Amino acid sequence: MILLQVIVGGLLIGAVYALFSSGLTLIWGMMNVINFAHGEFVMLGMYAAFWAFTLAGLGPAAFAPLAAVLLFILGVFVYLALIRHVMRGPMLAQILSTFGLLLLLRYSAFWAFTANFVTLPDDLVGASINLGGILVSAPKLLAGVVAILLTAGMHLLLTRTAIGSQILAVAEDRQAAMLMGIKPDHMQALAWGLSGASAGIAGALIATFFPISPTVGESLTIIAFVTVTLGGFGSVPGAMIAGLLIGLIESLSAFYFGPIFQDVVVYGLFVVILWVRPHGLLGKA
Amino acid sequence: MPRKPIIGWLALAAVLIGFPLVFTGAYYEQLAAFVILSAISASAWNLVGGYAGQVSVGHAVFFGAGAYMPLLFYKLWEASPLLGFPAGIAVSVVIAVVIGVPTFRLSGHYFSMATIAVAELIRILVSDWDFLGGAIGLMGPATSRGWWDLVYRSSVPYYYIFLAVLAVLLYITHRMERSRLGYYLRAIRAGERAARSLGVPVSRYKLYALMLSAGFTSLAGSLYAVKFGFVDPGSTLGILVSVQMVVMAALGGAGRLLGPLLGAIILVPLQTTTNTFFGGAGTGLAFILYGGIIMLLSRFEPGGLLELWERYQARREARMAKERALVGAGEDHAA
Repeated sequence: MILLQVIVGGLLIGAVYALFSSGLTLIWGMMNVINFAHGEFVMLGMYAAFWAFTLAGLGPAAFAPLAAVLLFILGVFVYLALIRHVMRGPMLAQILSTFGLLLLLRYSAFWAFTANFVTLPDDLVGASINLGGILVSAPKLLAGVVAILLTAGMHLLLTRTAIGSQILAVAEDRQAAMLMGIKPDHMQALAWGLSGASAGIAGALIATFFPISPTVGESLTIIAFVTVTLGGFGSVPGAMIAGLLIGLIESLSAFYFGPIFQDVVVYGLFVVILWVRPHGLLGKA
Repeated sequence: MPRKPIIGWLALAAVLIGFPLVFTGAYYEQLAAFVILSAISASAWNLVGGYAGQVSVGHAVFFGAGAYMPLLFYKLWEASPLLGFPAGIAVSVVIAVVIGVPTFRLSGHYFSMATIAVAELIRILVSDWDFLGGAIGLMGPATSRGWWDLVYRSSVPYYYIFLAVLAVLLYITHRMERSRLGYYLRAIRAGERAARSLGVPVSRYKLYALMLSAGFTSLAGSLYAVKFGFVDPGSTLGILVSVQMVVMAALGGAGRLLGPLLGAIILVPLQTTTNTFFGGAGTGLAFILYGGIIMLLSRFEPGGLLELWERYQARREARMAKERALVGAGEDHAA
């Protein structure tokens, strides 16, 4: 029974990984640019939730959308001020621009919020729920379910709507999209906004059950890299499956080998994936 | 650039050799030694990050391997730390192969992501491994048992050892620039697909660059360990170690022989000053500063200061040539 509980817990946190990783895979698949600061976006989403609760008394139903909006704006801003200019530059500039952003955001958060952990109250969402003998914490259940729905929503947005088709068209062939009257710049800014929003809302969801600190993004960025790589370049369904899988593996390795090994196993898995199946589960070879 | 490059080189060498003779006192000596050490690791990063254009953000893993091995040899067998130098290089080259072989077949992003993942993986493991001292780290010999321990109270002997290593590294890099490896790397950086279609074995040469870079970064780590006589996960495997190499090389000029040295000369004193003024908070401030510098560089001047200077020189020469032409035309007219 305890094992089942570990599995359910892992899948729920994995759903949140899937959510913010889908944002990373979107911009990577579209522009061939990766965001080293993606975990920092999640961290900012967590702090947005914390301050919205602390200062204005907002609950999860209000602070999660708020975090999404704030990080959407940040995503668009980062695209317009930074990414747009380095995209066609040398590899060095592409990689270092978001790596610099990572440092700036993480250590500004240190300076602004101090290194101490803060938490939202335990009973904000509710206590544990008994699902046929398995105890599931209510905030995790809420986070997992909402994250799955939003990731699915992201997939539908990309595949079933006009704006999604325009984003995918730019990803497919920038020149051809321009000839069809699509403005690639607008679509790319939108993709960065969506990517930021996915990270922001994921952060707000995690904040309901996880301690918030400036360095929390450190492991989340790498988890997002592993998820995106395992899922396959630019694939949202891939990120969904991979996110769930990573959550499960992380949770099982923490259960069997101890908590410090959860990161070790996931990071090690990254190297194994690169050796064995670099194009991921659903990626195009 | 001086008209005769040899004069420039001799002047640079004279300044570097003479520096500790002019600026005495423990503070300046330690600072100078640290500048040269940072220049070694940044120049080593430059081999793969600059010349090959494969951007590593986890070079701390090689630095850390080099830093831990000498003190591990001392801890286990009371051996001379010098014997650990080759062991550190061997470990680093193995890690380089583990990272490089799978990722160099793919686009450059995979390499960058793998470097940070492996560096964090090793840092977490070492922090929790009692054999390597866990979070506390390892100590070197407290007092010298002979010259082979490389234990000196003053920073000056270390300064000259570091300077000699830097000279060797820069000489090798200079030779590499005009060798098959150097031309291949430049071709790869300019356009991987084009290089491959011209028959350059792209993945293999990127791996050579990484192995060479890893080996020298490890050597820098070993020198750090004997100088400070103490290593811990934070100061040798932490992200700041990787960041410093990146920011120094990028500020001076990535893919240029003297770029990393220039970056180290500017940034190490700056960081030491912020640490003196702000204490522990100085490290956080250095991170914010480095993050800002890295972002501004990649946005406005990815070639670094040396490229900026060259462009300025080229513009000035063009202007002077134009003035000369105008003056010449004026004289013709008068005649």
